[in-house]
Amino acid sequence: MALLQIAHLSLRFGGVTALQDVSFAVEPGAISAIIGPNGAGKTSLLNCISGVYRPQKGTVGFDGADVTQLRPAARTRLGIARTFQNIALFKGMTVLDNLLIGRHCHQKTGVLGGGLYYGLGEREEIRDRARIEEIIDFLEIEAVRKQVVHTLAYGLQKRVELARALALEPRLLLLDEPMAGMNAEEKEDMARFILDINEERGTTILMIEHDMGVVMDLSHRVVVLNFGQKIADGTPEEVQGSREVQLAYLGGEAAA
Amino acid sequence: MTDALGGADTFPKLLARNAERLGERAALREKDLGIWRETSWRACQERVRDLSLGLVSLGLERGGKVAIIGDNRPEWVIAELAAQAAGAASVGIYQDSNLTEVGFVIDHCDARFVVAEDQEQVDKILGMIDQLPKVAYVIYSDPRGLRRYRHEKLLSFSEVEARGRALAKEKPGLYDENVARGAGGDLAIICYTSGTTGQPKGAMLSFRNLLTMALSLHQVDPRRSGDEFVSFLPLAWIGEQMMSVATALAIGFTVNFPEEPETALHDIREVGPHVLFAPPRIWEGLSSTVQVKIMDTTPFKRFLYQRLMPVGYKAADLRLKHGRVPFLWRALYLLADLLLFRPLKDRLGLLQLRSGTTGGAALGPDVFRFFHAMGVRLKQIYGQTEISGISCIHPDDAIKFHTVGKPIPGTEVSISQSGEILSRSPSVFLGYYKNEQATREALSDGWLHSGDAGYLEEDGQLVVIDRLKDVLRLADGTQFSPQYIENRLKFSPYVKEAVVMGQDRPYLTALLCIDSAVVGKWAEKQKISYTTYTDLSAKPQVYDLLQKEINRVNETLPSAARIRKFVLLYKELDADDEELTRTRKVRRGFVEERYRGIISALYGDQERIAIDTTIRFQDGKTARIQANLSVRRLEAGGA
Repeated sequence: MALLQIAHLSLRFGGVTALQDVSFAVEPGAISAIIGPNGAGKTSLLNCISGVYRPQKGTVGFDGADVTQLRPAARTRLGIARTFQNIALFKGMTVLDNLLIGRHCHQKTGVLGGGLYYGLGEREEIRDRARIEEIIDFLEIEAVRKQVVHTLAYGLQKRVELARALALEPRLLLLDEPMAGMNAEEKEDMARFILDINEERGTTILMIEHDMGVVMDLSHRVVVLNFGQKIADGTPEEVQGSREVQLAYLGGEAAA
Repeated sequence: MTDALGGADTFPKLLARNAERLGERAALREKDLGIWRETSWRACQERVRDLSLGLVSLGLERGGKVAIIGDNRPEWVIAELAAQAAGAASVGIYQDSNLTEVGFVIDHCDARFVVAEDQEQVDKILGMIDQLPKVAYVIYSDPRGLRRYRHEKLLSFSEVEARGRALAKEKPGLYDENVARGAGGDLAIICYTSGTTGQPKGAMLSFRNLLTMALSLHQVDPRRSGDEFVSFLPLAWIGEQMMSVATALAIGFTVNFPEEPETALHDIREVGPHVLFAPPRIWEGLSSTVQVKIMDTTPFKRFLYQRLMPVGYKAADLRLKHGRVPFLWRALYLLADLLLFRPLKDRLGLLQLRSGTTGGAALGPDVFRFFHAMGVRLKQIYGQTEISGISCIHPDDAIKFHTVGKPIPGTEVSISQSGEILSRSPSVFLGYYKNEQATREALSDGWLHSGDAGYLEEDGQLVVIDRLKDVLRLADGTQFSPQYIENRLKFSPYVKEAVVMGQDRPYLTALLCIDSAVVGKWAEKQKISYTTYTDLSAKPQVYDLLQKEINRVNETLPSAARIRKFVLLYKELDADDEELTRTRKVRRGFVEERYRGIISALYGDQERIAIDTTIRFQDGKTARIQANLSVRRLEAGGA
């Protein structure tokens, strides 16, 4: 059964139709990519899945349950985590603290229990720090563990954001342009991390990405959007061969 | 020799002795997931036993070879000892070697087993497995990213250890028998020397070689059983072998492995080692970090630094010259120690340091003085891989910056007719593996020919000038040592690399690479904006700055052998471009060939040189660089 089931999704902002009757499914364990020209509705779609936007029509199904009406925090608890196109970390805090925030949804102690610390608070703190250290090791950011985020290079900040999303221990990881603004070496590292997350941790990944080389190399499946509509959906080879996709990317005359 | 070691004459026997005597004390410690995790001597021996028997069950024979490649981890040392316990030798490979080098060493040493740390190293080896017909198994320790690999020759550490445990059940006494069969004269390791020319050569060292060296060094520079040591330099290097393996086993101190290579300096601070052996670049790095950070610190701290540093320098100079410091200076130093040096040493992780040594190349007197001023009695070590790493060390009571000290006990040093440094000791190697001719060239009557030119001072301290073949002549016959001048140039914090030329030429010239961190900082202070390394190194102000540095060096040189012209190179010299060896020595011939255009301009009348070249990145991609270099002329004969 599909882990994520998008059915007949439509989203409008006043007169603008951002998404129109989009349906597709993401199988568990797969790496899927959403591609499309600027303004095609990719980020809007991601926002509908993570709960930032509520679609006017259609449903978002996660693991067999309809989550369309759930708030983002509730979806996070179910196992959906994301990163943002423009880094959304707490810039004045250390890498460790940023990652610990990612563990918040797994903590049961409240303000009082956490403040008293001893007992459950202490146990949770130790457990969460141990989980985070695994992620730090996994993403190779040991050297910057205690540095304040805004002092880090852009590519490293992207990696820290990915680490925070992993701290949630998601079943579905949404990545909004994980490679944007990176140099060749950083891209290669990021591609390796995405593959490792998928293989080692078994996390299902849905990403928006513009770098076609990356998309075609990494993804098992590609969904193509154009002007809010799904125009293709299949393996990278199928999508590359699709005439509609060629039209959308290259324009009518060039493809003809 | 074996008296001091309780009769143990091989590494595995010493391991058994330590496991018995020191038991639960820490042998190895590794920072993993943010926490220091210990392996006791007993646990270490168990892991060695399991792996060793595992290798035996896979067909490792006495006299076989096990190649090891990877970062410094406990598994590296465990694999080495496991090979030796089975009567085989270990062959370390530098973890950042390129494919050709890795392939050459693995094939040349006839290794049937390759122990590779992780996916990166496994990829290197599996990628050329067809060209390595002798390799039967590749064993990895870090499974990350390798779970889906299916290759008949690929095995994990734990699989081999499990096989070992099974074999131990079947034949309980086998490991102890194997260890007992080993003898001091057996081949322990083959160290491939990177070599500034030609293919690497494999120096064969026996347990006796390595252990006599460890004990002789111990006599003049004692270590203790509870000492902490941080292993962060390549374990394929003889220097790391003699500390992390030979000395650690002989003395029984704890070896700490950093979390990642990038965190090494931070981890040193956490460990607070008692013993630290590092090449000059690490000491230089520490000293320039302090100087850069002082520029950035609060005015009060800067004030303290500027006032108290001279006290340290004065006290150090007095102690080095007269052997003692007068009362007044001692009192002042006490104050400076309290206010500045102790906090500073704490910052660097050197507070507990008892034995700090540098080796592999010359260290600048400024850096030496800097550490002596803060109370770190840094000493120079000299030696070759072929003599197990060490032949000379500074005596505690006579540290002279221009010498490399006196021979360690049991070692004789003499100078040949041609001015070459010769040495003889029980630590001199067995020969090069499968290279009779090179062995004959290096050894005669037990004397090891170092290839270095040098002389002995009256008090018996050795001075190393340069590689014998690198002492050059100008067209008019004036002798000069490019390396000597280069080292003096590199003592400047602004200079990262220097190449001095002049063989059969009318005058000396230099190619310099600026240190981008220090010069960049300087440029910021001067409000000079720049974009890339290439841009920064082309700034006239930077040329002015470097010109002053060269003038300072020129003042100390005979006027016929002074640098007349120089160019700041548009890129750093890089081992990936084959311009440096893996131990970061300049490959002079290659550099001169590669920058032929620039060099001919240095000997012409050109003021500017247009550069249009492509450089290769580690991932094989290339980039084009276009730049305009200017040639700077210095006053002839004057400073």
